Amino acid sequence: MNNLLVAENVSKKYGDFTALNQLSIEVPKQSIFGILGPNGAGKTTFIRIINQITMPDTGKVWLDNEPLQAHHIQYIGYLPEERGLYKSMKVGEQVLYLAQLKGLSKAEAKKRLKFWFERLEIGDWWNKKIQELSKGMAQKIQFIVTVLHRPKLLIFDEPFSGFDPVNANLIRDEILKLRDEGATILFSTHRMESVEELCDYMALIHKSNKLLDGKVSTIKKQFKSNTYEVGIEVGEAAVFKNLLQEKFQFEETFFHSIHHDLQLNIKIKEAHTQNDLLQFLMAHGRINHFKEVIPSVSDIFIKTITSHA
Amino acid sequence: MRNLKLIILREYLARVRNKTFVIMTFLSPIIMVCMIVLVAYLSNLNSDDSKIIAIHDENNTFYKEFPSTDNITYLDYSSLPIEVALDSIEKKDYYGLLFFPKSEDNQYLSNHVEFFANKAPGISFISDIEGKISTVLTNKELQQRGVDVNEINNSKTNVNLQIENFSGEETSKLSNYVKMFFGGAAGYLLMMFIIIYGNMVMRSVIEEKTNRIIEVIISSVKPMQLMIGKILGTSFAGITQFAIWIFFGGILLFTVTTVFGIDLQASAPVSPTQMDAGSQEEIQKIILDILNLPLAKLIFCFLIYFIGGYFLYSSVYAAIGAAVDNETDTQQFMFPIIVPLMLGIYVGFFSVISDPHGVVSTVFSYIPLTSPVVMLMRIPFGVAWWEILLSMAILVLSIFVLVWVAAKIYRVGILMYGKKPTYKELYRWMKY
Repeated sequence: MNNLLVAENVSKKYGDFTALNQLSIEVPKQSIFGILGPNGAGKTTFIRIINQITMPDTGKVWLDNEPLQAHHIQYIGYLPEERGLYKSMKVGEQVLYLAQLKGLSKAEAKKRLKFWFERLEIGDWWNKKIQELSKGMAQKIQFIVTVLHRPKLLIFDEPFSGFDPVNANLIRDEILKLRDEGATILFSTHRMESVEELCDYMALIHKSNKLLDGKVSTIKKQFKSNTYEVGIEVGEAAVFKNLLQEKFQFEETFFHSIHHDLQLNIKIKEAHTQNDLLQFLMAHGRINHFKEVIPSVSDIFIKTITSHA
Repeated sequence: MRNLKLIILREYLARVRNKTFVIMTFLSPIIMVCMIVLVAYLSNLNSDDSKIIAIHDENNTFYKEFPSTDNITYLDYSSLPIEVALDSIEKKDYYGLLFFPKSEDNQYLSNHVEFFANKAPGISFISDIEGKISTVLTNKELQQRGVDVNEINNSKTNVNLQIENFSGEETSKLSNYVKMFFGGAAGYLLMMFIIIYGNMVMRSVIEEKTNRIIEVIISSVKPMQLMIGKILGTSFAGITQFAIWIFFGGILLFTVTTVFGIDLQASAPVSPTQMDAGSQEEIQKIILDILNLPLAKLIFCFLIYFIGGYFLYSSVYAAIGAAVDNETDTQQFMFPIIVPLMLGIYVGFFSVISDPHGVVSTVFSYIPLTSPVVMLMRIPFGVAWWEILLSMAILVLSIFVLVWVAAKIYRVGILMYGKKPTYKELYRWMKY
């Protein structure tokens, strides 16, 4: 099996409230997997189950083909949504303490810390207390704490909330680097742009149920509607539209253009291909713009959730 | 195990390095010693203070019955009219004036003697004077009825009951006070320790919650481990503090008393007038009493109940810390901690002292929340081993139950933000 993390029919209830209902997910090795869902969907509950903070009522979780066990904690790096550090503890001491809790020896932790402090150019913070640092600085430390023990699985719960743009970019680059070095990354977020940007796979959770999951590109193919965005210059717009109507569905749209053209979203019916559309367009005017409309993750998210409402 | 050690070490260092902790550790012995010295100094000062009391006696018979002593000087103001006498003592700033109205009837006099004073006199002074007047009036009454007072005085016998236990050792009558003192001190110390260090545990839990570091940590260690590490680390800090207090307090007390030569005996409750010939013997008996106390038993039990009581309560403190977001919200949950502790102390100081083996004392020395305090107070009065072991067994058992319950609340509570939970909700958390 090439999956690092597998969850099978995981359920969790808090009293009468169902937080997760029969969730199954497979996270391939060395991928970036995004768990999407509105607030309260059950993302954090699922992540806490992987971290063994909460136990599932039913269902099983495997990490690297082994049933989840206590010692797996050292293979997981977790950046929770609610995150912070001891304010009155010195940076170096604090990171060493947290690294040792993850199973590193003191000497090894020190060595790796030096590396990270140089990589993020924060070497002179060792003896500072967290309360003396700015928020952005503390965020860097928090990130180091998460990755220092070189986990196989990195879990980020809303990683970019609270980070300033500079740090967010830095963290994003580091996440990609870690993936290239062999780590698998699990994202939980309700910010669609970051999924669009980073994730290879995604799962959508809504009200404790999984609505869809799979490769991001595959999902997008499923959701595309064979619609093309077209910018075309024609002689008589009304005449052209009448002709177009006979063969295709269309609606007017708007996008930024330097030309004075007709801007349309044209949907191809099943009998046709995009080449048929192009040929038709070429016969009637000058094409400035031709692009397939690929649904954004955000579109898919809203569409799926409203269709289940 | 390795993680538990790391947590204990971190908690210990965090407590010990805390500025308030350091200041309190080194300031407290100084404050304590200063207070002892001050009390000793003041009580020395007080005993030098002598009072002058004027007597206005319209019968002219009582003045000679009030001989002046070291502390009180009596002056005869009977010749002056009462208004002038009062005026005069007010001007001269005497302590007061004792007024005997004209009467041959001792019964009448017993209710009509008056004492005039600017400042309300102390209770001990009043009972002192009342005693004297009563003796004088009684003697006078006896004389009037033709009874020979000397005969009565000579026939009085002074009883001094010699108390021995069954093994034949003599104990002093003060023995019960010695037992009370040792038991009370142990119980009180335990209560203070629980409140001070239990609060520290609670604050440390709240700190982790408000710093939002808690989830980072419990993704590495079990909440139960974190809670126990916290309780142990804090208790070690407490023991360190106590050790430093005893060490420095001892040195300071020794230095101060030798340098300033203040006689601490003077502040002891036994006043010099009571120190007659028999008192030397009495002191020796007290020392013997202390040595006769089951000291080994007391120390052993103190350690067990100390550790047990602390564990029991601090797990509750930890659960409370986990349930709330900030320290001000803790008030509503303090009730279940303070009430049993106070109950323990009250039962100890009222029931145990009047009847150490009565039903109330016995029952409360088995109930786990009060047993550390109450049993510690009972032990100096002699408690059978089986009773102690039974009470300890109940305590240990309830520690396991309570730590388990607290851990459940703790586990859920540390991840809950933003709402003040009710008792009902805490109960629900236990089932998650």
